Amino acid sequence: MSAVVPLSSLLDARRVWRGRVEPMPTGEQPTGWAALDAVLPGGGWPAAALSEILLPLDGVGELQLVLPTLARLSRGARPLVLVTPPYAPCVAGWRQRGVDMRRVEIVAAAEPDVLWAMEQCLRSGSCAAVLAWPRQADDRALRRLQVAADGGRALAFAFRDRRHLGNASPAALRLELEATPHDRVWIRKCRGGVVPAQPVSLPYAALH
Amino acid sequence: MLWACVLLPQLALDGVLRRRPTAGPLVLVAGAANARSIVAANAAAREAGLRIGQRLSAAQALLARFDALPYEPESVQRWQQFLAAVAYRYSSEVCLLPHAIVLEVSRSMGLFGPWPRLENLLRDEFAALGFRHRISVAPTAHAAHVLAGIADGQAVLTPGALDYALQRVPLHKSRLPAAASAALPGMGIRSLGQLLRMPRDGLRRRFGAELLLALDRLTGAAPAGLDSFRPPDRFDLRVELSHEVENLAALVFPVRRMMADLAAWLAGRDGGVQRFTLQLEHRGGHADVPVGLLAPERDAGMLFEVARGRLEQMQLAEPVLALRLIARDLPAFVPAGRDLFDQRPANALPIGQLRERLRARLGDHAVYQLGSTSDPRPERAQIIASRDDGRCEPHPRPTWLLERPIPLRGSAPRILAGPERLETGWWDGGEVCRDYYLVETAQGQRAWAFCAPGERVGWMLHGWFA
Repeated sequence: MSAVVPLSSLLDARRVWRGRVEPMPTGEQPTGWAALDAVLPGGGWPAAALSEILLPLDGVGELQLVLPTLARLSRGARPLVLVTPPYAPCVAGWRQRGVDMRRVEIVAAAEPDVLWAMEQCLRSGSCAAVLAWPRQADDRALRRLQVAADGGRALAFAFRDRRHLGNASPAALRLELEATPHDRVWIRKCRGGVVPAQPVSLPYAALH
Repeated sequence: MLWACVLLPQLALDGVLRRRPTAGPLVLVAGAANARSIVAANAAAREAGLRIGQRLSAAQALLARFDALPYEPESVQRWQQFLAAVAYRYSSEVCLLPHAIVLEVSRSMGLFGPWPRLENLLRDEFAALGFRHRISVAPTAHAAHVLAGIADGQAVLTPGALDYALQRVPLHKSRLPAAASAALPGMGIRSLGQLLRMPRDGLRRRFGAELLLALDRLTGAAPAGLDSFRPPDRFDLRVELSHEVENLAALVFPVRRMMADLAAWLAGRDGGVQRFTLQLEHRGGHADVPVGLLAPERDAGMLFEVARGRLEQMQLAEPVLALRLIARDLPAFVPAGRDLFDQRPANALPIGQLRERLRARLGDHAVYQLGSTSDPRPERAQIIASRDDGRCEPHPRPTWLLERPIPLRGSAPRILAGPERLETGWWDGGEVCRDYYLVETAQGQRAWAFCAPGERVGWMLHGWFA
């Protein structure tokens, strides 16, 4: 009974409850933004599902939102695919944010083929994430993408104009970006969780 | 030595049937226009009483409706060459005999397994291609040919068993020189066994050395004396359509068949195809559909899908009479390696095939990657290439780059960072002298814009910090 047990060994053996809150379990697909991960139901992007990102204009931080994820995935086994991006991705800029551009495939498709190309990439199961900027996508088209993303175990990102916010969407997650004030992301729909009433502020400025 | 013989009894008819499958009676006819006779008949025609050798006029008296197509002797040779190239997959020594292909299989069995398994592989291959066949195996090529002519599936694996099997072969099936096999029955010799027991001297005096040589080749006492088949270096297959085709959907079936043939042929030479041309033959001309692949491939389904993708973009100006597939660029094929602990779903399409599928529909240059150059001018800093020197730009760069700078409209932007001066390119005529700034527009967009050095007017937009 008189044996002296050092405190450190008890702590190392995890036999003492220290009264601290467990850290948030990280999700399967963390966004790379701690504030966003904290409020999203799964601790990150919905895995193998469609996420819709609604923008008022180009250049309001929509890529900053996904670039940490793309940087992480570009070090994985499966490549990333951009289907008809609105501008050319700036190689130097993407590399500064940690993306290996050799793992990024760019697909140039005419407008009627964008959804087809995106679905093919998702369904193939050999892409980690597929990003597209569809202009004409109705509820049925988005549902097809959602099913394809599920079948191919890939992340699907559809960047669309904010005016589509009023239409119902089968996407698992809908985020809305604001131009002013800056750096705020509204979560408009998240499957498997409660939509937070407040927007999430992201420290984009740190990256500029 | 062990030789397998694949006897192809209906080469010409199968070649016709596979391009126009029909359940009704069909015959092939040859001969002068006023005295045409039947040279091949399918099962339905034989059931109706049509016989090989019958005059066409006699056949027409027996049966009111049947299809009669001209017999093309060169098609027999063409198909035999094609099937020999397919059989080349199973043996390095393939030879041609009349209406048959013989291949040396004693060494192949080390790779493909014992004879029953190899026989099944061969049967599956020929059945999938749509050719009727009889297969036998014997220690000599000519004996295998004779045995295949008697019954399907005979397997004689040792020389001792061969002697016994040859004893009972009737003379008229023994494929000996015609003079001998016509005269010998008159002398009371009706089987090979009897003939082999005859004194050789007498046989030579009566029938010449030719008969003895044929007998020695059968028993293996003399070498087979066959030329080894060498697969050709190019694939050229022409299929005549049974009628004029005016819409592309009707071409799908023959194209699928041609691609399956190409794939089987490629498997035979253990190669792949990188470039091939599909010719649609019209009356007095042809339209070419060139198909290029990023890497050599030989999977029939994928080749078909790629070809169909190209074909669907075509406009048929005239009806198509025939299809021709020509493949010359046949590099070695390296199957894609796959990780044992692959994380991808089981039904995943490899990324190479995905690229081909996208290219087939969207165009040859639709899938690309971007790489960087060492040029500091943003317009020339990136090119379409799949290399990455990993050089990291010390100054902030945007995420979107405009193809060329455009004037930045609206009120004067708010400057967030800058300037970064770029003054270069004087040596090649593309001189630039700009101050780049990170700015925020009135709408709240973050832009990468430049103006002339020292000035802060005349903003040109060159990218977005999206």
